[in-house]
Amino acid sequence: MSKLVINNLFKVFGANPKLAIKLIREGKSKGRILKEAGMTVAVNDVSFEVEEGETFVIMGLSGSGKSTIIRCLNRLIEPTAGSIVLDGEDLLKMNRKQLVETRRTAMSMVFQNFALLPNRTVLSNTEYGLEVQGVKSLERKELAKEALKLVGLEGYEDSYPDQLSGGMKQRVGLARALANDPEILLMDEAFSALDPLIRRDMQDELVDLQEKMKKTIIFITHDLDEALKIGDRIMLMKDGEVIQIGKPEEILSNPADEYVERFVQGVNRSDLLTAKDIMVKPWTTVTENQGPRFALAECRKYGLESLLVTGSGRVVAGMVTIDDIKKAVAEGQPSLQQIIRAEDVNRVSLDTNINDIIEPALESSVPVAVTDSDGRLKGVIIKSNVLRALMQERSDDNA
Amino acid sequence: MPRIMIGKLFEGVVDYLRVSWKVVFLGIRDFIETIIDFIEYGLSYFPFWVLAIVIALIAYKRAGKGIAAFSLIGILFIESMDLWSEAVSTLSLIITATIIALLIGIPVGILSAKFELLNKILRPILDLMQTMPAFVYLIPSVLFFRIGPVPAVFSTIIFAMPPAIRLTDLGIRQVPTELIEAGESFGSLWYQMLFKIQLPLAMPTIMAGINQCIMLALSMVVIASMIGAGGLGSMVLTGVSSLKVGMAFEGGLAVVVIAIILDRLTQGKSGNNK
Repeated sequence: MSKLVINNLFKVFGANPKLAIKLIREGKSKGRILKEAGMTVAVNDVSFEVEEGETFVIMGLSGSGKSTIIRCLNRLIEPTAGSIVLDGEDLLKMNRKQLVETRRTAMSMVFQNFALLPNRTVLSNTEYGLEVQGVKSLERKELAKEALKLVGLEGYEDSYPDQLSGGMKQRVGLARALANDPEILLMDEAFSALDPLIRRDMQDELVDLQEKMKKTIIFITHDLDEALKIGDRIMLMKDGEVIQIGKPEEILSNPADEYVERFVQGVNRSDLLTAKDIMVKPWTTVTENQGPRFALAECRKYGLESLLVTGSGRVVAGMVTIDDIKKAVAEGQPSLQQIIRAEDVNRVSLDTNINDIIEPALESSVPVAVTDSDGRLKGVIIKSNVLRALMQERSDDNA
Repeated sequence: MPRIMIGKLFEGVVDYLRVSWKVVFLGIRDFIETIIDFIEYGLSYFPFWVLAIVIALIAYKRAGKGIAAFSLIGILFIESMDLWSEAVSTLSLIITATIIALLIGIPVGILSAKFELLNKILRPILDLMQTMPAFVYLIPSVLFFRIGPVPAVFSTIIFAMPPAIRLTDLGIRQVPTELIEAGESFGSLWYQMLFKIQLPLAMPTIMAGINQCIMLALSMVVIASMIGAGGLGSMVLTGVSSLKVGMAFEGGLAVVVIAIILDRLTQGKSGNNK
């Protein structure tokens, strides 16, 4: 079962929310409700599920209701109707005491503008969640220090927030949320207030951290690049409604409607293409135990200047050049082992970004070998593959 | 246009309270009197130079060298004018009035920030308390408490409390929403929210309120000498009414010195403290 199940969530701001829900059920549009009853439907019949250990990104422009939704999840904003089921328990049916307990132990929030207490030190800020739970001073200092270490803020315990840069402040915000060891992290535009370079760093670090922690993260953003980078799944929102939920590739390759498509157009897709997407099957390879005569024949057959050589289990061993092969034939060597150049092959892994492949592919005449984590040959990339992928990119953008 | 007898009505209310609520006012009188006596006894227990040094030390810690030197010289100056005992009784009135005004004003300010309705009700009352000429409620408070320091302190409390309420309310309202949300999201209970987030963040503004409260109390204490408050105010009053210009001036100067010391002591906090 999913960690968090949200069903038919509504939030109406205005004098008589129940009436608005009734009107919606009768089929009146948001616009008419605003006009006739003066009420705003901020979240309109939203349902989604979040799996344990998943990074679930809710994205949309301002006014799309994403910030309202995340605040409904811990009831900072009281939803008008619907259910929010965490581990089989409906948050909306909880009394105040249960809710406080859930907030303390099950979910922590990270805020756009950090929301640090200026009168407290970094350590004391990090302790806050534990402090309100009544954890003993020594123990909570210990836990807070660990959390700070996790986000790379060791040694800043006694600084005050206004002595830190934006990125560091948000690390404190993250550490404060992690110190509670919550099951769910709610991150509300957590990186939006940071400048672009710091922002990328923080995204990378979150991805790294998440690999270790395996928390369930719900991340709000208005930036599709960010959503694609960190999200396992993305939910696109517009005017309080869900437009599309899917994996990043699904959203890119299969936009649900024009709105999503317009969003997707702005994305630099070369950021997303990896070796796996552009590699091709090698025409031919030789093994290190085959003889030079066979290799020479293969070269001639395909008109190649060099060949990839694999060892046992198709692990890439290196390459041989046609000149070396000819020499070996003349000297009558029994196998290719003497002439393998192990260092001259560029190896990349399956998920290497295309931007990192351009250089090795263009500077060498030998194909780039794409290998899995055990070093086995999965495919090759030659200049033309990279160029074609990049060209396609360009023409998509212009279309 | 018929004459609205609001003055008569007020008289009636005052008379009614004076007679029927006598016990209550006697209780309040005893209470305030005890505090004044206690503080005055405490302050005059030590010779003036001990207090001078203590105040200078506090000033040094909170507001720096300059103010510390000023406090020391100022107190010596008051003593040299032979006004120290008057200054002590004025100080005890101010301290009593301020303490009571803050004890009521800060909690009321906190509640007013929380409950919009209370804030709406309070606003005109605070306006009334601040702008009604002080003489107008000196007389009823004499009727309730008889002549002496108690009605003076009572009037002073009414006059000095509004800024404490207003600025506490403002300070708490100014705490950024995101910080309130952060407190909520980590599961703070209402008192944790108040003492760990709202009050610490509102502190600079509340301190400004306390400062205002003290300053208003000081200005009122001089006026209140008309109903027997004693202290420096009565020096000024006697001086003015018997045309002894020098005496009035000396009393006035002592008030100024005390005002500056108290102001700097309470302002120091918001300025250089972090």
